[in-house]
Amino acid sequence: MTITTKDLQQLFAGIAEDIAAERDHLCELDGAIGDGDHGLAMDGGCQAAAKAVGELDMETPPTLLFNVAAKAFLNAVGASSGPLYATAFMRAAAAAKDRQTLTDDDFVRVFAAMATGIQERGKAEAGEKTMVDAWKPAADAALDAWGTGKPLPECLDMAVHAARVGCDATKDMTAAKGRASRLGDRAIGHIDPGAASAVIIIAAMAKFARRHDG
Amino acid sequence: MKTKKLINSGADAVDEMLQGILAAHPRHLYAVEDMPRAIIARNGPRKGKVGLVIGGGSGHEPTFLGFVGKGLADAAAIGNVFASPPPDPIIACAKAVDGGAGVLFMYGNYAGDVMNFDMAAEMLALDEIEVRTVLTTDDVASVPADQRDRRRGVAGNVFIFKAAGAACDLLYSFDDVERAARHANARTYTMGVALSPCSLPQTLRPNFLIGEDEMEIGMGIHGEPGMAREPLRSADAVTDELMDSMLREMKAAPGDRVAVLVNSLGSTPLMELYIMMRRVKSRLDDAGLVIHTSLVGNYCTSLEMAGASITVMHLDDELQRLIDHPCDCAMFAR
Repeated sequence: MTITTKDLQQLFAGIAEDIAAERDHLCELDGAIGDGDHGLAMDGGCQAAAKAVGELDMETPPTLLFNVAAKAFLNAVGASSGPLYATAFMRAAAAAKDRQTLTDDDFVRVFAAMATGIQERGKAEAGEKTMVDAWKPAADAALDAWGTGKPLPECLDMAVHAARVGCDATKDMTAAKGRASRLGDRAIGHIDPGAASAVIIIAAMAKFARRHDG
Repeated sequence: MKTKKLINSGADAVDEMLQGILAAHPRHLYAVEDMPRAIIARNGPRKGKVGLVIGGGSGHEPTFLGFVGKGLADAAAIGNVFASPPPDPIIACAKAVDGGAGVLFMYGNYAGDVMNFDMAAEMLALDEIEVRTVLTTDDVASVPADQRDRRRGVAGNVFIFKAAGAACDLLYSFDDVERAARHANARTYTMGVALSPCSLPQTLRPNFLIGEDEMEIGMGIHGEPGMAREPLRSADAVTDELMDSMLREMKAAPGDRVAVLVNSLGSTPLMELYIMMRRVKSRLDDAGLVIHTSLVGNYCTSLEMAGASITVMHLDDELQRLIDHPCDCAMFAR
């Protein structure tokens, strides 16, 4: 299939809608181990990205679209999610360089590049109770499935599954990064809010791939 | 139940506050054109002086922008409530205060702030503005002393920024400003207690739950959980617990001088702060320490959170001189 700029605008609108629906829940998760604003930051960032991307004309190449999303997200939010997702979108832009539309193969590489960007900006490894615990297994699962010839929607479904498992696993971890890292054992028993919002975004991307394919 | 607040809308709260601050303090502050969250000191920055840029999330007023002015910080980059500012206003601040002698970034040690300020520094390097960073890490409760550089920065910012700002104003070299700033941070200790939560303007809901007869020792200034949830005790008992931890780490000798800050987290009134100050004085007297200067009031708040923090800066001759140096800021003067 071919993914156009219009499709990507719908992707960002879909992400913003799904994050908005979970805004208060994300704040509650963050309240348990952080400062309680993660839902606000993610909602503000995704809305700003969707709006900026939505205003682009249809001729805008995907690489520019992702860079616009990065800047909009970053400047609306700051916080820690701002640099992390801005870097994800900038890496997506680099992965989409010189394309006018994206193929399924491009989309898998865009997805994996987002995960790499988040990991590098946050200097986090899996197992440290961060959004990397959702993003890294999700990217690995998508790349593995793609490598064995599975169609794009199935690859992203497997990514969502891996992200959920990774997110659930954060419940039993102590945190090595971010505000929760000063809690020690008191962080155990709580899901990492950054991993939870990552699952929502990855699921929105999978939903987009399914809908686009069908 | 929703928390009652005098706001117009949660989304506009930060920008409308900044408009009010500029309306109240036009002699001290202005915003960079088209960058309303980059707040600059009118009389601070000048050629040949190291520029000091501070910043962080809103909701801690008068931290950060209340400490922007001649003799203290040259600019503050302002974020959403409890959220680091993005790189753009930080960059605008740095460019506005760059006097060719370097720009120092100082802010509390939080992952989000570090990422945004570092991104700003990377972009400023492309414009050949040299940026260095000193993180504040005064919160004794956040991490054990052997990992001091992982601690949070909290109310001690007031003294640490004050010392660094004075060093800039006295035209110290970039190296010396950085050294003085690190020295000030290393000798500043803060510990707090929270009694009731605050609500973000966008949610109007308490950001943590605490029982009516409980307190949280060591809670962060964004409501991050602290060291322990305990039954509420008397002002003297709480003050003792905070002072014990700090004095143990400070290792001061009788006759040493200190600067003291008893700070409200927002809604705890002066009456209670002065009751704590009374106990702080007697504890310092017992240890043979001399209070050179003291501040009591709202200096680093957490919206309307109830609770207080105590900061002790262990002075030496240099820090005493820097703390005594005059400054003239919108919400703080000496």
